[in-house]
Amino acid sequence: MRAPAPVRLAVAAVLAQLTFLALSAPASAERLVISLSTDRVQIASNFTGDDIAVFGSIDLPAYLTEGIAYDVAVTVQGPRQSFTTRRKERVLGLWVNVDSREFVEAPAYLAVLSNRPLADIADGDVQRRERLGIANVRLLQRIGPDYADTVADDVFRQAFVRIRSGEGLYIESDADVSFLTGTVFRATVPLPPNVPTGRFDVDVKVFAAGQLVARDRAALTISKVGFEHFVAVYARDHALLYGLAVALMALGTGWLASVIFRRD
Amino acid sequence: MRFGRTRAFGCVARPNPVQIYLPIAELPVNVFLILGMGIAVGFISGMFGVGGGFLMTPLLIFVGIPPAVSVVTVTAHMAASSASGAIAYWRKGAIDFGLAGVLLLGGMVGTGLGVWVFTILRRFGQLDLAIGISYVLLLGIIGSLMIGESVQAILRSRRKTAQPPRLAGKPRWFAGLPFRMHFRRSNLDVSVLPVLAIGGGIGFLGAVMGISGGFMLVPALIYLLRVPTGVVLGTSLVLTLATMAAAVLMHALSSLSLDVVLALILMVGGVMGAQFGARAGQAMRGEQLRLLLGLLVLAVGLRFLIDLALPPGEMFTVLQTERVR
Repeated sequence: MRAPAPVRLAVAAVLAQLTFLALSAPASAERLVISLSTDRVQIASNFTGDDIAVFGSIDLPAYLTEGIAYDVAVTVQGPRQSFTTRRKERVLGLWVNVDSREFVEAPAYLAVLSNRPLADIADGDVQRRERLGIANVRLLQRIGPDYADTVADDVFRQAFVRIRSGEGLYIESDADVSFLTGTVFRATVPLPPNVPTGRFDVDVKVFAAGQLVARDRAALTISKVGFEHFVAVYARDHALLYGLAVALMALGTGWLASVIFRRD
Repeated sequence: MRFGRTRAFGCVARPNPVQIYLPIAELPVNVFLILGMGIAVGFISGMFGVGGGFLMTPLLIFVGIPPAVSVVTVTAHMAASSASGAIAYWRKGAIDFGLAGVLLLGGMVGTGLGVWVFTILRRFGQLDLAIGISYVLLLGIIGSLMIGESVQAILRSRRKTAQPPRLAGKPRWFAGLPFRMHFRRSNLDVSVLPVLAIGGGIGFLGAVMGISGGFMLVPALIYLLRVPTGVVLGTSLVLTLATMAAAVLMHALSSLSLDVVLALILMVGGVMGAQFGARAGQAMRGEQLRLLLGLLVLAVGLRFLIDLALPPGEMFTVLQTERVR
């Protein structure tokens, strides 16, 4: 099935821009240039999730011949928020929250997308060094006054990642990056309906033979617009008036119903 | 090379007229699902003369609305449905405003306390437990009492023997308390202390559990204070209206959880359903209605008990750390 004409035009424009940028770059080693299909996602009343395309072009220096197999890993991190993870245990026959850990300034959204499994792209050491994959992303935990990164097999960390993944907010996929030519690729970043608002950082790393050879970064903003934006800001900045407005709305609705359905 | 239709372009922002994005809950919901829930709960609340919060709050949590948003937003929904009922009773003059005022005084204190406890419980991660246990206890006890009372009434009417005991004028255990006051419309002479206590208790539970407490207030007014049945429903609705409106304000001030869009959908569905429910209710006998309501209340209580007692599928929960003002 063909994409609609405006989309094909947009893709062509992005590719032309990438080619221009790639040609004007100094030729020392591989260079990566990326471009996002949009740097601004707007949430209006009809928002039900979205997809962002990340285009990338790997520029080869003169001494490198084509034919090197490149791998790509795209890491997208959403705004930082703190989360409390609680564990239930049986107390007096009831299942009760007993133990908790707070993940401080954790990405509210995290996607790691690659063209093939991360284990095939680089070995464990490189993965750890380059913070590749959800297991290697830093998740700070507050323990009393101290902050510490959690190891990948920490039960609270695993539960946190499992639950966020279940909500579609943590994603690790080796099927969402595809090479269009040997050096041009596209990644599709899925944004679920419940995506948080704020700044999203896109970090793209290119590997060859298990080593990092090039890297580029970009950012996009997800924000509510129009009525949704107005409500969120008003509820935060004018809490009393917002509450009064909702209370009056309730009275009005009730009054209207009693008038409409009046039977005497 | 082919730029075929992929996920990147195929699914982008396909407008869906059924889904609407909730600005505070920060997720889209199906308008008709929420409207339908509003109508269904409104029907039940109109039929039995209760707020229906004890049904609405769990339903919203069940369809994925964050618990805090559910509890807070349901207060606005109940303000609307009680307003429509209260206006109808006001036209008939079936409201004791003096009694409602004293109940409200206690209710304000109770609601403020409840909103404060709600915020603290949420911070310590025990809100689910507190809501669960209070639902189990309250709904279990009230449901059983209602079932017992209505079954007796039905049996009595079958045998056509003794008349139900006349309640008004019986001596009460709090008869000796000071600060007596005369409530003209109810023709009642009673100390304000138990009235304040009842108002406070209902307000507190309403704010913590996201219920209007109508299903507790009505029996309390009838059996404890001996308020004439004709005045009870209207007076209870006025109190519900005032405490819920106050809870809306206090929640709006204390947390970012009140969602105006969700509230509006619920209100519209709720007031519509309530009108039809009220007609259905008038076609039934009082004790049959009370038996049905008792069974419903007990069933919801049991559901919460099962949730607390059975091992959960997921031992962990993740909540964004409190967005307190």
